Amino acid sequence: MRDAAGALRRRAPAVFAYALLAFAIIWVADKAFGKGFGLSGNGPQFVIVALNGLSLAALYFITASGFTLVFGLMRVVNMAHGALYLLGGYLALDLIQHGWGWWTAAAAAAALTGLTGLIMQQLLLRWNQGQDLRQALITIAVAIILADQMIVQFGGTPETIQPPGGLAGTVEIGLYHLQYPAFRVFIIGAALAVGALLWLVIRHTRFGMVIRAGVDDRAMTSALGVNVQLVFGAAFFLGAALAGLGGVMGGTVLSLAPGEDDKFLLSSLVVVIIGGLGSLPGAAVGALALGLVEQLSAVYLPSQYTNYSILLTFILLVVVLAVRPAGFFGRPS
Amino acid sequence: MSVLTPRRLAVGVVVLALFAVPYVFSAYFTGAVASRALYLGLAAASLTFLASYGGIGSLAQTGLYCIAGFVMARFIVTNGVDPILAAVLAMAICVACGAFFGAISSNSEGIYLLMITLALGVITFYFFSQVPAFGGHEGINGVRTPGFIGDPVREPGNIYYTALIISIAAYALVRYVGRTAFGLALQGVRDDPVRMRALGYNVRLHRTLGFAAGALLAGAAGVLGTWHETRISPGTIDVSQTIQLLTIAVIGGLYRLEGAWIGALVYTLLDTYTRGLTGRFETWIGLILLAILILSPDGITGLAESLTRHVRRVRRPSRQPVPPAPSAPSETLTQSSALDPRQVAR
Repeated sequence: MRDAAGALRRRAPAVFAYALLAFAIIWVADKAFGKGFGLSGNGPQFVIVALNGLSLAALYFITASGFTLVFGLMRVVNMAHGALYLLGGYLALDLIQHGWGWWTAAAAAAALTGLTGLIMQQLLLRWNQGQDLRQALITIAVAIILADQMIVQFGGTPETIQPPGGLAGTVEIGLYHLQYPAFRVFIIGAALAVGALLWLVIRHTRFGMVIRAGVDDRAMTSALGVNVQLVFGAAFFLGAALAGLGGVMGGTVLSLAPGEDDKFLLSSLVVVIIGGLGSLPGAAVGALALGLVEQLSAVYLPSQYTNYSILLTFILLVVVLAVRPAGFFGRPS
Repeated sequence: MSVLTPRRLAVGVVVLALFAVPYVFSAYFTGAVASRALYLGLAAASLTFLASYGGIGSLAQTGLYCIAGFVMARFIVTNGVDPILAAVLAMAICVACGAFFGAISSNSEGIYLLMITLALGVITFYFFSQVPAFGGHEGINGVRTPGFIGDPVREPGNIYYTALIISIAAYALVRYVGRTAFGLALQGVRDDPVRMRALGYNVRLHRTLGFAAGALLAGAAGVLGTWHETRISPGTIDVSQTIQLLTIAVIGGLYRLEGAWIGALVYTLLDTYTRGLTGRFETWIGLILLAILILSPDGITGLAESLTRHVRRVRRPSRQPVPPAPSAPSETLTQSSALDPRQVAR
């Protein structure tokens, strides 16, 4: 009897979580297709909301993949990740205002943001490896300085980057004859490409092999003659560049303003807490969960509760932590 | 041991000096600097308490501060509740939220805990800035203070003494709790959660209760801060405020309880008297934080401690090095395994 009760108590959070998930799906499905699948129902609205959720998730994934990459390899929680996101966006905006094209500006902004991250790592994080709380606090200090200097350089008014010519319009998505902004479709594609590329690099190249070895046992990898410091530098550059790339896309589809850095630091944190720190598939799952929950809750909550939609992010976090304390793909500590 | 040790004498002098502040300094200093330093110090002490006794790096303390402040402000302004009763209710709710935050995050350790608590703190901020019941972006203005405080601008002495007495009580309470069975077990959890678990202690429960105790300090600070400002808005808990609290705790020293108030005093002085001199105050605070983290990660109190130790060693070279004070944790920020026991466990 006691064993049965114990098993029930252990399973209770999972059962509760799945019940909650099922309820949410039924709720949304009823709101979306309760009046049938035809054009007169709420189907078209659902498709748009779902696409909004997907493109937001794509943006979260691009940003958070850099965060999780850096953590997975170096166990550095880069609290300046949100500031690097905003820096990438502002750099691209500045270059475009100086007459650069969107594509070259985006590439240059990502590279410059990566360079900023690399400098930060070499100057401030290289000599205190292993002291992870101190490193997190140091990146917080860097985030304060970056955020304040960006207000000096770029002002406090929200700004938006114009999308490149070919992606400025809308595309036909083939459902309900709906038009959808081409750039948002592009972001979804870009996230898939970034994910596939990172997966290929980490799984199938020598660089990726060294990264995985470094994640598993830094000292042993170093002892085997691998220049771990070089790999760390490269990974930090890549992580920061991904934040910058996210900033360019976020600046194009959303806006650039002080405070966006905190927003994307929060989203990166939530994504990796849900998905599991240091895991690429985890970042994908976490980004999908967060993006969809944010967009769907903004539309499908009963109207008097719309202001409380932030609580759903909180509930998502709590439920995942209750069922899987290390996140979906995280290794238990 | 004599009753009048130099240490007790020093404590007595400091307390007397603190009580004399409203008579020595101007009303402006008492209100804008000293009172503010006291309640910010109390808020930072909740962070320092969790870090030094529980090995918990929590960034949700600003959120808890605001839960107490907002709930009390709403009770007073919207429901017309008596300020004292509202404060008690708000602190009870704050402690409940703190225990809940603790229950959520207590399964994690070290850097994970830092991230989860930061996420909880930021979500609290978005909650208060979106929900109209708490005034949304505007916040709640015109919070009445209890009769014995009166108008905090015209009579800053009253709020100063209230904050001082609560701060001293909180300090004494934490020092007392640190010596109780619960406090000792909490410090055991900080040093080696795996061994404590093996000894039969409920590690999660101890961390959760630690969070609740920390929330009590943060809640008291929230009540005092809201009385002092007579208003509260979501701007009081955004990420930069969370970082402000962290800066205060780090400047003072994350592992010494009195460091919280020392850090708050330094921060408030800088904030009041140098903000006008430099256009970019935040940049300077970031640089100061960076310098402290690089040069002396244990903050001002850590610096003072190593200086005294150094002086004593020079004076009495034959003696053994002076052992650290009983409340100081055995490991410091530089040996971060205290906050990341996973590395030990591996």
